[in-house]
Amino acid sequence: MSFSWTRVEAIFRKELRDYRRNRFVIFTMSALPLLFIVLTMIQLFAINTGSSAKLNDRIGISMLYLLIIPTMVPSALTAYSVVGEREQGTLEAVLITPVRSEEFLVGKALAAFTPTVLIAYALFGLFLGAAELFAHPGVLSAIFERSHVLVQLLFTPLLAGWSIWMGIAISARSTDVRAAQQLAVFASLPPLGVVALLSFDVIPASVALALGLAAALLVLDGFGWRAVAAIFDRERLITGSRD
Amino acid sequence: MTPAHGREPIPPGADVSRPDAALVVDHLTKRFGQRAAYEDVSFEVGYGEVFGFLGPNGAGKTTMVRTLGTLLAPTSGSAVVAGIPLDLEAGSHIRARISIMPESPGLYLRLTVAENLECFAGLYELTDIRERIAKGLQAVNLTDRANDLCGSLSKGLRQRVALARALLNDPAVLFLDEPTSGLDPVATRDVHELIAALRDQGVTIFLTTHRLEEAERLCHRVAILNTTLLLIGRPDELRERLFTRGLDVRTRVPLADPGAVFDRLADVQGWDQSASGSYVLQVTDPDATAPRVARALVAVDADILSLVETRHSLEDVYLELVEDDVEAQRR
Ligand SMILES: Nc1ncnc2c1ncn2[C@@H]1O[C@H](COP(=O)(O)OP(=O)(O)OP(=O)(O)O)[C@@H](O)[C@H]1O
Ligand SMILES: [Mg+2]
Repeated sequence: MSFSWTRVEAIFRKELRDYRRNRFVIFTMSALPLLFIVLTMIQLFAINTGSSAKLNDRIGISMLYLLIIPTMVPSALTAYSVVGEREQGTLEAVLITPVRSEEFLVGKALAAFTPTVLIAYALFGLFLGAAELFAHPGVLSAIFERSHVLVQLLFTPLLAGWSIWMGIAISARSTDVRAAQQLAVFASLPPLGVVALLSFDVIPASVALALGLAAALLVLDGFGWRAVAAIFDRERLITGSRD
Repeated sequence: MTPAHGREPIPPGADVSRPDAALVVDHLTKRFGQRAAYEDVSFEVGYGEVFGFLGPNGAGKTTMVRTLGTLLAPTSGSAVVAGIPLDLEAGSHIRARISIMPESPGLYLRLTVAENLECFAGLYELTDIRERIAKGLQAVNLTDRANDLCGSLSKGLRQRVALARALLNDPAVLFLDEPTSGLDPVATRDVHELIAALRDQGVTIFLTTHRLEEAERLCHRVAILNTTLLLIGRPDELRERLFTRGLDVRTRVPLADPGAVFDRLADVQGWDQSASGSYVLQVTDPDATAPRVARALVAVDADILSLVETRHSLEDVYLELVEDDVEAQRR
């Protein structure tokens, strides 16, 4: 039986329904973005002409705040995805259907990816709108002059991808939801560190460099997917620790 | 689909790919490390049959269900499930043709009954989802609860939703793992009635339980497992195979010399005093022997309180087997 998008969709829809009624998820999806958009705006409005170096630093920080959203939100969601279902006893019920491990994982991943990227892009749009309307005129042109827009657009889905595979991998090997969530947040951070170097011009930011790093992260995401698919051991998930 | 009552156990070396068998299990063993969950188990279940899988806690029932449901790989041996040989490659195909109701219902509590079923209908790639859900809910009498959140349902109702979910894909074999565990008598009776209705429709059911009366009431055949398979057959057949037939005799006053009365009767093969004034006689034909025993007792002026054929329940069979087995393991 080959890979079935119908089954992926069944998992995906179930997850989104479950999110909508899960207070913790609603909180994560609204509080984190809210916090970081506020921080971003504060940076934005604190900018007045000043030196161009200062200006760039502040914009760099703002951009970085925005990228924390696609990094942290999915790790909170996916860390729960396998161990959570195991704890609530639904994992066995799902695994006894014809669903393949890959379909289950892709469904889970897309369910974390889609809302995350939508929220992150929406906030970036909001940020640009606010910069255009309210910030110092130099700010918007400074944002567009550099590779900031490209970095945001590229790294939002790529960072989310990394966090998602890390979160699912940790979740598939954990026996406790809380431990999985803490670990997943830590595991999601390293690529953000690289982006930080870029944002603060520690590594001189250029379009070519940004593209190169993005390509590297894309390859890592690909490895992440393979690793997760390999780690997902039905037998272990069914018999381990809960019996 | 014809119910297959009282099939003969398969002889060793039988063709295990017989298309008329829903399950063929051949020398199957599952170990967790050194410990065997079940060992060298062989049996066959025909289509339309309700097969009871009995055993005490830890006997290996759930592990057997999980193995046949392709969740666990057997350590050795082979099996054919719904016509497909058991191996990990075939997992998805086998799971599409069967369904399992696990020990715990495993429902998404934040989703409604209908949403839960919708998710699983998608996982089975069913096309006529609405009709299937409606049919499943009707089968378990839950049509009016379709839009309730599963988290708000009682344990008995959740069990029924799990059963409706297991019926979605019209399984060739329906595995029920202790479907009534933890239910009150009313909810238990409801589930029994649902299973009996499925049986009457010719659904093949593999039912694990440690409730004897459940197996006796619902199953065409039962197997008794305690890591190894101890016995397999129809409930009445098992009783006969395990116990010689007998007569229970009770007199108002204990007989002065019971030997003098019973030894003289040719068709009483043996006797035993079970309590003061109570005797158990081993006989081949209770109907023919009972009048002779009565006459012999009257002849010695004994006051007969009762004279009846000994009844062994499946519970007696089970306890006899499992207790013997425990003793055998201690030795
Ligand atoms: N993951 C596991 N690791 C080690 N041993 C296990 C594991 N799962 C089950 N076992 C052992 O296998 C044996 C059979 O367990 P199983 O759950 O199949 O029994 P059961 O007949 O379903 O019992 P119950 O009536 O309690 O449900 C038990 O001795 C159990 O301890
Ligand atoms: Mg069990």
